[in-house]
Amino acid sequence: MPPQTMSAKTDATIGVNGTAKSTSNQAPPPMALPANLKSDLLNKLSLKSFKLKTKQQELLLRVSILFLVYVLAFITRLFSVLRYESMIHEFDPYFNYRTTLFLTEKGFYEFWNWFDYESWYPLGRIVGGTLYPGLMVTAALIYWGLRFLRFAVHIREVCVLTAPFFASNTTLVAYFFGKEIWDSSAGLVAAALIAICPGYISRSVAGSYDNEGVAIFALLLTFYLFVKAVNTGSLTWSLASAFGYFYMVSAWGGYVFIINLIPLYVLVLLITGRYSVRLYIAYNCMYVLGMLLAMQIRFVGFQHVQSGEHMAAMGVFFLMQVFYFLDWVKYLLSDKRLFETFLRITVTTTVGLAAVALGVGTASGYISPWTGRFYSLLDPTYAKDHIPIIASVSEHQPTAWSSFMFDFHILLFLFPAGLYFCFKRLTDATIFIVMYGLTSMYFAGVMVRLILVATPAVCLISAIAVSATVKNLAQLLRTKSKVTQGGSSKAASGSKASSKALLDQSQPFQRNGAIALLLGVFYLLSKYATHCTWVTSEAYSSPSIVLAARGAHGNKVIFDDYREAYFWLQQNTPTDAKVMSWWDYGYQITAMANRTVIVDNNTWNNTHIATVGRAMSSYEDEAYEIMRELDVGYVLVVFGGVTGYSSDDINKFLWMVRIGGGVFPVIKEPDYLVNGEYRVDKGAAPKMLNCLMYKLCYYRFGELMTEYGKPPGFDRARGVEIGNKDIKLEHLEEAFTTSNWIVRIYKVKPPNNRW
Amino acid sequence: MGLGLGVMRTIEFLLLIIAILSAPVLSDLILSKVERRIDLTSQIARIASTIKAENDGSSSVSEILLSIPEVQAKNLAYLTAKLVEGKGKAKTSGVALAVEPANPKGMPPALSFYTMILPKPLANGDSVTLDVLAAFTHSLRPFPEKITQADIQLVVFQDTAHYLSPYPVKVQSLTLKLPDARIESYTKLENTKGLGSEIKYGPYENLPPFSYSPVAIHFEANQAFAVARELVREIEISHWGNVQVTEHYDIVHGGAMSKGEFSRLDYQSKPQIRGASAFKHLVAKLPPRAHSIYYRDAIGNISTSHVRGDSKKTEILIEPRYPLFGGWKTAFTIGYGLPLQDFVFESEGKRFLNFSFGSPMHDLVTDSITLKVVLPEGSKYLSVSTPFVVQQEEEVYYQFNALAMLMEPFMLITGIFFLFVTCIIYVHVDLSISKSSASYLAKLQWDDVRATVQQIQNTVNQCLSTHEKLEASLRDLSRTGDVQACKAARKATDGLLKELSKELKPLISFLQSSPPAAHILPKVEELVAKERELQERLMAKHSTIVDSYEKKLGGRETENRVASVQQKIVALRQDIEDLMEYIDEI
Repeated sequence: MPPQTMSAKTDATIGVNGTAKSTSNQAPPPMALPANLKSDLLNKLSLKSFKLKTKQQELLLRVSILFLVYVLAFITRLFSVLRYESMIHEFDPYFNYRTTLFLTEKGFYEFWNWFDYESWYPLGRIVGGTLYPGLMVTAALIYWGLRFLRFAVHIREVCVLTAPFFASNTTLVAYFFGKEIWDSSAGLVAAALIAICPGYISRSVAGSYDNEGVAIFALLLTFYLFVKAVNTGSLTWSLASAFGYFYMVSAWGGYVFIINLIPLYVLVLLITGRYSVRLYIAYNCMYVLGMLLAMQIRFVGFQHVQSGEHMAAMGVFFLMQVFYFLDWVKYLLSDKRLFETFLRITVTTTVGLAAVALGVGTASGYISPWTGRFYSLLDPTYAKDHIPIIASVSEHQPTAWSSFMFDFHILLFLFPAGLYFCFKRLTDATIFIVMYGLTSMYFAGVMVRLILVATPAVCLISAIAVSATVKNLAQLLRTKSKVTQGGSSKAASGSKASSKALLDQSQPFQRNGAIALLLGVFYLLSKYATHCTWVTSEAYSSPSIVLAARGAHGNKVIFDDYREAYFWLQQNTPTDAKVMSWWDYGYQITAMANRTVIVDNNTWNNTHIATVGRAMSSYEDEAYEIMRELDVGYVLVVFGGVTGYSSDDINKFLWMVRIGGGVFPVIKEPDYLVNGEYRVDKGAAPKMLNCLMYKLCYYRFGELMTEYGKPPGFDRARGVEIGNKDIKLEHLEEAFTTSNWIVRIYKVKPPNNRW
Repeated sequence: MGLGLGVMRTIEFLLLIIAILSAPVLSDLILSKVERRIDLTSQIARIASTIKAENDGSSSVSEILLSIPEVQAKNLAYLTAKLVEGKGKAKTSGVALAVEPANPKGMPPALSFYTMILPKPLANGDSVTLDVLAAFTHSLRPFPEKITQADIQLVVFQDTAHYLSPYPVKVQSLTLKLPDARIESYTKLENTKGLGSEIKYGPYENLPPFSYSPVAIHFEANQAFAVARELVREIEISHWGNVQVTEHYDIVHGGAMSKGEFSRLDYQSKPQIRGASAFKHLVAKLPPRAHSIYYRDAIGNISTSHVRGDSKKTEILIEPRYPLFGGWKTAFTIGYGLPLQDFVFESEGKRFLNFSFGSPMHDLVTDSITLKVVLPEGSKYLSVSTPFVVQQEEEVYYQFNALAMLMEPFMLITGIFFLFVTCIIYVHVDLSISKSSASYLAKLQWDDVRATVQQIQNTVNQCLSTHEKLEASLRDLSRTGDVQACKAARKATDGLLKELSKELKPLISFLQSSPPAAHILPKVEELVAKERELQERLMAKHSTIVDSYEKKLGGRETENRVASVQQKIVALRQDIEDLMEYIDEI
C-alpha cells in the first residue's frame, strides 16, 4: 500500500517539526507521535469493552428491525379503522363474519353441520360443507384464546384485526423464506417490502376479513417449509410443510396453486438433473400427508384423487417413485447397456400405464375434468365466452398495466433484477422462487385478484435484488472507508486531501459511483414507502359499505346508505321476509339485515341467479309471477343516480341480462341495447325502459332535481336525463329509500282479490 | 266522529260507573277543592292536581286515598304527592308524602287505590292542601290507528270530567292543555270552554263520591312518540377514574301505524307535511363532563349525532339511521364515560355510587328498563337503595380496597415476567432428546470451539491492552525522563505477555485437535502469529527509543530510527483488528 506509507511518512515529519518548534531542544521529542496514536487507540478500546460483540449486535439489529416491520405491517393496515371505523368490509367478509359469529356462539359441531335456510331460498345452503373453514376457525380460536386470558373483546374486533395480524405474521415468514433462499439480509428486506406492498394490503387491511388474509400467510408458510425441507431433506420440515398445506387447504381455494406449483417445481428439478434424496423425502412426505390431511376438509373431500386439477401432483408422485426405482436398479446393475434397455422398458410401461389410468378415469367419470374456473386461469378469454358469472366480477378481469404499477411500484422493476441474481446463483431454493415468481406473475396478468398471489414472490425476488445490490455497494464503500480510516488515524494534522487524491487516483470514481447508486436505491425505496402509504390510506382502506366523498368545501361527506337500508330491513320487515336482490348484496343482507335472500355471493347455483336476473329484466307483471313463485316479500335495488355512485345495479344490469339469458333464452341481450349501445335516456330500447330493474331504480326519480341547471330526472351516475319519467308500479310499492337514494327497497304486494 | 271511536272503551267506562255507584262511602273526609290540570303536549299525560282536604268527621285521619281507574292505572308511570304549606301567593310545596298502593276493603274492583300518609294526623275540622302529580304513558291512543305518510296523526285522550274520588268533592275544575294544533273534537258537557289549545271543564260543585263523567278529546299530536320497548343500562365503575355508561335502546314509534308507501321524494321535499307524524331525532341530556361519547348499533357506528356541552350538562342529539314513522323500529347503543369523582363518593369507609336511574332521553317512554351496575373486582358488602318514587336516583353502596385496582396491572406484569423467564429457561436448558446423536455431539463440539475462540480473543485483547501499558511507559519517559522506571515497565510487560502467550498455547492446541474448528483455525493462528510479531516490534521500538533517549539523541534522529518499526506496528494493528472482526463474524 504505497499511498498509506507515503502519508504516514509525511505526517511523521510534520508532527516532529511541530514539536521541535514548540519545545526546546531539551525536551524529549519523539513522544508527540505515539501519544497521538495512543489516545486514538485507547478510545477505541474503551468503547469496545462496552460494545456488544458484532454477532450480538447483528442479532439485536435484526430482531429489532423484524419487530419494527412486524408492527409496521400491522399499523399500516389500520388506516381503514382510522378513516372509517372498526367494521367488516365489502361483500364476502360479511359471510365470513356471520359464520364466525355462528361458530363462536354454537360451537364447532353445529357449525360443521350448519344448513343455512336464510340464503338461496328455497334451496338453502349446506354451509359446513361448502366453505373453507380455516379463516373462521382461526378467528374463533383467537377469540377463545383472548377470552381465556380474560380479554373481553367482541368477536367483530377479532375479525376486523385478523387480516392485519396475519399480514404481520407473513412478514416473519417472508424473512425466514428470504433467509432460506438467499441470506438473512435479503430476508429482512423481503419482510420490509411485503409489510407495505399494496398488492397484499389491498386484501388485508383491517376489516377485510376474507380468506385471502389468512391464506397468503399459509401459502408462503407452506412454500417456505417445503423449500426448507428440500434444502435439508429432513422429515420434520416436510411434515411441517404438509401441515402448512393443510392449513392452506382449510383456508382458501387457492391451494390448487400450491398443489400444481410444487409438482411442477419437482419436475423441473428432475429434468435439470437436480434430483436428490432430499427432494424425494420432502415431496413424498409433503404430498402424501398433505393429501390425507386435506381430505379432512369437507369442501375439498376426495378431490385430491378425483379431480383433474390435482392429477399433476399425483403424476409427479409416481414419477418420483419410478426415478427412485431406476436409481436403485442403476446401482444394482453394473452393465450400462442392460440398464438402458431396462430404462426404456420401464419408462414406456409407466407412461403407458399412467395414460391408460388417466384415460379410463376420465372416461368413467371417476376423475372429474377441469373446472371452468381452472380453464379461465389458463385461457383468459374462456370465462367471457362460457361463464358470464365469473366474467361479471370485476376482480376477475385481466389486469391492466396501471394496476401492476399501482400494486407493485418499484418492485416491478426490481423483479427482473432479482431474477437475474437468482439465475446467477442457481440453487434448489432459488429455482423454486423463480418458478413461483414467473407462474404467479402469469396468473396475476390473467386476473386482477391474483396479483395477491404474486405479491410474496415479487417481494422476495425484489428483496434479493435490493439486498444483493446494496450489499455489493456497501462492501465497496466499506473496504474504502477502512483504508481511509487507517490513513486518517495517522493523519495527525491535515494531509487528508492529499491522501484522498491518491486514493481516487488508484480507483477512479468507483467510490462516488457507489455512493450515488446507494443514494439512488434509498431514494427509490423511500418512494416505494411513500407510494405504499398513500395507496393504503387513499385507495385500499375504504370499506365500500360506507362511501365517502369530498364535499363542496373539502369536507368529508359520508354516505352510509347501505347500512341504513339493511338496518331498516332488519327492524321493520317480518323476520321471515325474503328479499330479492342481485347476488352481490346477498351476503350483506343476510349478515346485516338478518333476512333470507334468494341468491348471494356464493354463486353456486347459476340457474337460481339467472332466475333473479330474468325477473329483473322482465316486465313488471312477468317479474311478479317469478317473485310470487319465489315467495319474495321485498326487492332491493342499488341506485346511484342521485349521488353519482357508479357501481350500481343499472350499470350491472347487462350482466343480469346476460346471465339470465344464458339460462332462459326469452331474455335476449339485444332487446336492451340500441345499436349495440347501452343507454337509459330517451333513446333507450323500449324493453329497457319498462323492465323491472329500470322501473325500480327510477321510480319517481323523474320528479327529482338532482343537479342545478339540469332537468329533473337527471341521472348523475350516467350523466343523462332518464327516458321514462312516468313510472307506475302495479304489483310493488316503495317501502323504503335511503337518504341518498342509493338503496331502494320495494314491497311486493299480495295478489289482488279475484273480483 | 270523535266520540264514536272508542265504543268499547266507553262501554268499559259505563260498567265502571255502575260498579262505582254501588260502592260505600269512606270516612268523613271531604275534598273541599280539587283543581286538575292535564298536560297533553307530549306523549306523556301529566296530571297535576291540587287537592284541599278537610276532616269533617269526629276521628282524626292520617291517610288520604287516591283512586285511579284500572284502565289508566296500568299506564301509571309516576306518582308523587307533596304537602303545600302557606296560603295564597306564599304557597310552597314542602314535604313529600309517602305514597303506597293500597287495597281498602269494600271498594269497587275496577279502581286502583293509593294512600298518601300524612306526616301528622288531620284533626277534626282541620284542612290540608296537597299537590299530586301523576304521569301516564300510552294513554294517548292514535285514532285512526293507521295513517299514510301524508296524514297527520290524531290521538284520543279519555278521562273523567269529574274527579274520581272515594270522597265527596265540593268544588272542582279540570283544565286540559293540548299541543298547538288542530283539535278534532271534544266531549261537551255543561261548563265546557275551549280556549285555543286549552279546554276547561267545570267548575262543578258538590259531587258525591265516585262521580264519573267520561270525556274524550280527539286532537292532532305530531310530537315524537318514541317508546323504548326495552332499555338496558350498564354502569361500570373503574377506580382508575372513570364511570362508563352504556345504554342499549330498542325504540319504536308508538303512534299511529304507517301504511302504504314511504316515499323518500315526498319526505325530502316536504318533511313537515309528508312526514309530519315521523320523528327523526332524539335528544339526550347527559351529565356534564361526559366524554368518549359513542353512538352505534349492531352493524356499526352511526355518524349522525351532535354533541353540545356546557358546565351544567352535555346534550347529545342523535339521529337514528332513518326517520321513524308509526310502528317503525330501531335499536341503538349509546355510551359515554363520566369522571369518577362526580358520581362515586366515600363515607365512613364505604363507597357509594349515586346515579340517576332512568334514561337521559327527552320525551322517551321506557316500557322496560334493566340497570346493571358493574363494580370493580374486589368490591365487598354491596347494598342498594332505590327510593325511586321520591327521587329518581339510586345509590349503590360497596367497599373497595384501593390496592385491588393494582391487581390487573400486576397480573400483566407477572405474565410478561413469566414469559421472559420461560425464554431464559428455554435458552439455557438442553432440550435435545438423544444425547448421543452425531448432530448433537457436533453441536457440543462446536460450542466448545466457540468458547475457545472466545477465550483466545479475550487473551489477545489482554495482550493488546498490555501493549498500551508499554506505550504509556514511553509517554511517561518523555514527561519525567525516568529511564529506569521505563525499563522496569518493559520488564513487567514482558513477563505479563509471556504468561499470556503461555495461556494461549493450550487453547490453540485444543483448536488444532478438534475437527469442527478446521475452517477457523488458520485465521486464529494467523491472529496469534500477528499478535506475537506485534509484541516483538513493540519491544524493539521500546528499546530503541529508550536507547536513543539514553544516548540523548535528537527527536528527529529517534524518529528516523523508529519510523520503519512504527509503520509495521500500525499495519499489524490494523491486521489484528480485521482478523478479530472476521473471527467475530464466524
